[in-house]
Amino acid sequence: MGLLSKKDAKLITDPLADNNPITIQVLGICSALAITAQLKASIVMSLSVLFVMGVGNVVISLIRNIIPSKIRIIVQLTVVAALVIIVDQVLKAYAYSLSKELSVFIGLIITNCIIMGRFEAFALGNGPWKSFLDGIGNALGYAVILVIVGFFRELLGSGTLLGFKVLGDPIEKTGLYAIGYENNGFMLLSPMALIVVGIIIWVQRSRNKDLIED
Amino acid sequence: MEHLELFFKSIFIDNMVFATFLGMCSYLAVSKKVSTAVGLGAAVIFVLAVTVPVNWLLDQYILQPGALTWLGAEYADYDLSFLSFIMFIATIATMVQLVEIVVEKFSPSLYNSLGIFLPLIAVNCAILGGSLFMQSREIESIGLAFNYGISSGIGWFLAILAIAAIREKIRYSNVPAPLRGLGITFIITGLMAIGFMSFGGMLTGGDDEATKEPETAQVEQVKEKEQKLAENTTTINE
Repeated sequence: MGLLSKKDAKLITDPLADNNPITIQVLGICSALAITAQLKASIVMSLSVLFVMGVGNVVISLIRNIIPSKIRIIVQLTVVAALVIIVDQVLKAYAYSLSKELSVFIGLIITNCIIMGRFEAFALGNGPWKSFLDGIGNALGYAVILVIVGFFRELLGSGTLLGFKVLGDPIEKTGLYAIGYENNGFMLLSPMALIVVGIIIWVQRSRNKDLIED
Repeated sequence: MEHLELFFKSIFIDNMVFATFLGMCSYLAVSKKVSTAVGLGAAVIFVLAVTVPVNWLLDQYILQPGALTWLGAEYADYDLSFLSFIMFIATIATMVQLVEIVVEKFSPSLYNSLGIFLPLIAVNCAILGGSLFMQSREIESIGLAFNYGISSGIGWFLAILAIAAIREKIRYSNVPAPLRGLGITFIITGLMAIGFMSFGGMLTGGDDEATKEPETAQVEQVKEKEQKLAENTTTINE
């Protein structure tokens, strides 16, 4: 880590586990739950958030001294909205079917609380480079949870990963299906996302007792 | 009828929290006490009822492809729909600010109860989500848009009220330590969402509206079912 000092590296690694935006800071839950029925959608969503957060944090941090504090929420929303429009247009151009699938949830990155939360908590008080690292770190922490949830929901729900039939073919009864395994269609329904996240929180807090709330 | 259907559909079947997970952040953060949950829920209903119709007008007369025809024929093929995110969020942020000022001026008591929640609401995804769903579901008239705003607000209100009530009671239960707080709230919400899924059959339960224009295959299936039912009843009668 020649490029990053120890303190800077902490900005990236902290949100991955002990200060995870979803499970600890409780930010950005909505999108995390709604689009995780498939791994591919979760990855695309994570990348979009990564882009918006990285760039957005830098922009806000650059203009932090000239924003009047009374209208800062509107300024922040405008910056995010502009970035999200870029993401949305790129997705529409290069991955149309996926963008249809994500439907309104790309737009909802605007009100994703991770972004506003990090703007308020970090970018308004720190320089551009640090804010950039903070944005990337938090977006990665968000991505980790999304990918875990997406992985389990797609694997158990439809027996595929990124569209590949990793468990065999359910119709021709090959692989695991030959010995009587069945897909759990329930995993694809939205309530299971909540329960999977609940279990992730459970596992994380059992491993790290400091995080337990009373 | 149309209004009634949309009303119940947005409260129960397409419930913002349980079906689309909108506004989860404030739903989780502000549901520790029933009284604050009621305040936030009321503010959400109020803001949704204002912003959805306003954004409907914007969408209809400015953003949709060809919406600018009222300016003159040469504007007819403009498509500004890529601007909808920024327009919607700007409307929401300004309306929230406006509502805050108006409420503070004319009803200080309401302001005191809603006050702290109003700024929070500008960044609540339920509000933007309401407008975006209104756009993607192509709601036809401003009346329906108003109805959609109010009823999805009521749906959100019910959800936060229910979880707040449960969380107040669960304090006396022996939850495993790592699950306390956030974890158990997630799992309860998941179970409630499963419960709400059972409302799914409410509007397709054999009324005339539902069978009016579904695909032919479905109609045939329904007919087959009805025939079977009729046969069964006759055999039973015999």
